[in-house]
Amino acid sequence: MKTQAGNNKIKSTQIQTIHPAEIRKEFPILNTQVNGKPLIYFDNAATTQKPKVVIDSITNYYRNQNANIHRGLHELSDRATQQYEQARKKTADFIHAKEKAEINFLRGTTEAINLVASAWGNQFLQQGDEIMISQMEHHSNIVPWYRICKSKGCRLKIIPLNDVGELNMETFASLLNAKTKLVSVAYISNALGLINPIQKIIDIAHQAGALVMLDAAQAVQHTKIDVQSLDCDFLAFSGHKMYAPTGIGVLYAKRAILESMQPYQSGGEMIDKVGFDEVTYNELPYKFEAGTPNICGAIALGTAIDFIQDTGMDNIQRYEHELITYASDALKTIKGLRIYGENAKNAPVISFNIEGLHHYDIGSLLNQYGIAIRTGHHCTQPLMDFFGISGTCRASFAFYNTKEEIDRMIQALNHIIKMLTK
Amino acid sequence: MNRQSIAETEKEIVEEFELFDDPVNKYEYLIDIGHQLPEMPQDLKTDANIIDGCTSRVWISAVLKDQRVYYQADSNTVITKGIIALLLRVLNGRKPAEIIDAQLDFLQKINMHNLLSEQRSNGLQSMIRRIKREAQKFIIA
Repeated sequence: MKTQAGNNKIKSTQIQTIHPAEIRKEFPILNTQVNGKPLIYFDNAATTQKPKVVIDSITNYYRNQNANIHRGLHELSDRATQQYEQARKKTADFIHAKEKAEINFLRGTTEAINLVASAWGNQFLQQGDEIMISQMEHHSNIVPWYRICKSKGCRLKIIPLNDVGELNMETFASLLNAKTKLVSVAYISNALGLINPIQKIIDIAHQAGALVMLDAAQAVQHTKIDVQSLDCDFLAFSGHKMYAPTGIGVLYAKRAILESMQPYQSGGEMIDKVGFDEVTYNELPYKFEAGTPNICGAIALGTAIDFIQDTGMDNIQRYEHELITYASDALKTIKGLRIYGENAKNAPVISFNIEGLHHYDIGSLLNQYGIAIRTGHHCTQPLMDFFGISGTCRASFAFYNTKEEIDRMIQALNHIIKMLTK
Repeated sequence: MNRQSIAETEKEIVEEFELFDDPVNKYEYLIDIGHQLPEMPQDLKTDANIIDGCTSRVWISAVLKDQRVYYQADSNTVITKGIIALLLRVLNGRKPAEIIDAQLDFLQKINMHNLLSEQRSNGLQSMIRRIKREAQKFIIA
């Protein structure tokens, strides 16, 4: 496949087509055997596998660089600080933040949403104010808002879905009012792979005077993000869903908002001066990074970003689109199979059920063929309620997956259906 | 009445599963066993008969006849039905005290480790606890 004409953003040194056989060599775990069969890993929306460069980055950090960052006067501390801050710069560039001080390293998306709900919510929400989320949110973008609304006497409003499971944008606009202080929605639905019209959501919410938070946990690994052009106020994502290790994640927020917020947790690193009568806080982004951070995780996240950039997000997106289209067409050949929330523009995530069969049985049996998918409610119980189901089978792809693997899943599914309906 | 001892029935099941090398075939056999589980009457599928702590929905009820316990059970997933069918094959028609003392380690021995992974074994333990509790009720009564 050739690079799209006129797209001069792709560096000339970049690979212009994804060669899965080559990419797969970078991911040692893909050689694993499961139940005597080669692993087919289709649970990438839960967590992606890690390339050698990321694994090496972790090993290298602990072998050669480990030291606590900031304020250390010795060489190792200097090196670790430099690497950590470089990772912050890479992350800022990756989502096109205005400056690296707007990047806060946290544990993951869940902690980022909790930070905003708690620190921003406690400070700025008044009784009677409203927060808006949608029916398709992950529990981590529901429960923090439910709790802060409960404690501050605010109302949690829900953007409903249309018949096919997409956000109902007309109702969204009509639900907004002067009391709406913040809208928090998923950029891409974790359960369905639907890409939400976030630019419209941001524009409409801003017109009504509300801030917007994006849960980008399922987006950063599949699509280019430009927080300045989007003009979102907060954006959260996790490293482990984008080829970096677990335990590192990011909260982006506009500088002015971060500056107006009180700290979330307190301790070392986040302070300026400490006395028993008065404490002043450190400048951004350290104000929101109390204690020794996940230094190694942040550095490895920087490496994962390099890996994605070297492969090229346009290439990734193009190849993953091929995969999801292929999977969707192939799954439709199975009688009685229903796909939820399907849209031609979906991210490489597909949720389905087979008539008369339970997702638990399907997932357990696919595992016997070495195929890893996820079954259940995917931490989106309100969304499952909307469809009137207890869960789905979810296959989610990364750019190391292949069409041959999808063929093998279809074969296995056909065998499983025979087994279960005897 | 069950003429074999619990240990004998357990051993018999373990030997049956040893015939299969491929885990897919083991599951296929388990599913066949599940399909043969006698149907549980709808009026017994009450909320009170649901076992908490299982990923899939499981109902169980027990009656005492001639000093022996007879269970009826069902699940909305076929694999769980297979496990229930195995447990009932071992335990149905036993005296309450025998059931309470049963080791029931044959499920480990059939070497279907995925069946007994951390997440699922919690469900299995809930099932076994409930089965024993039902037997216990008949001793107190």
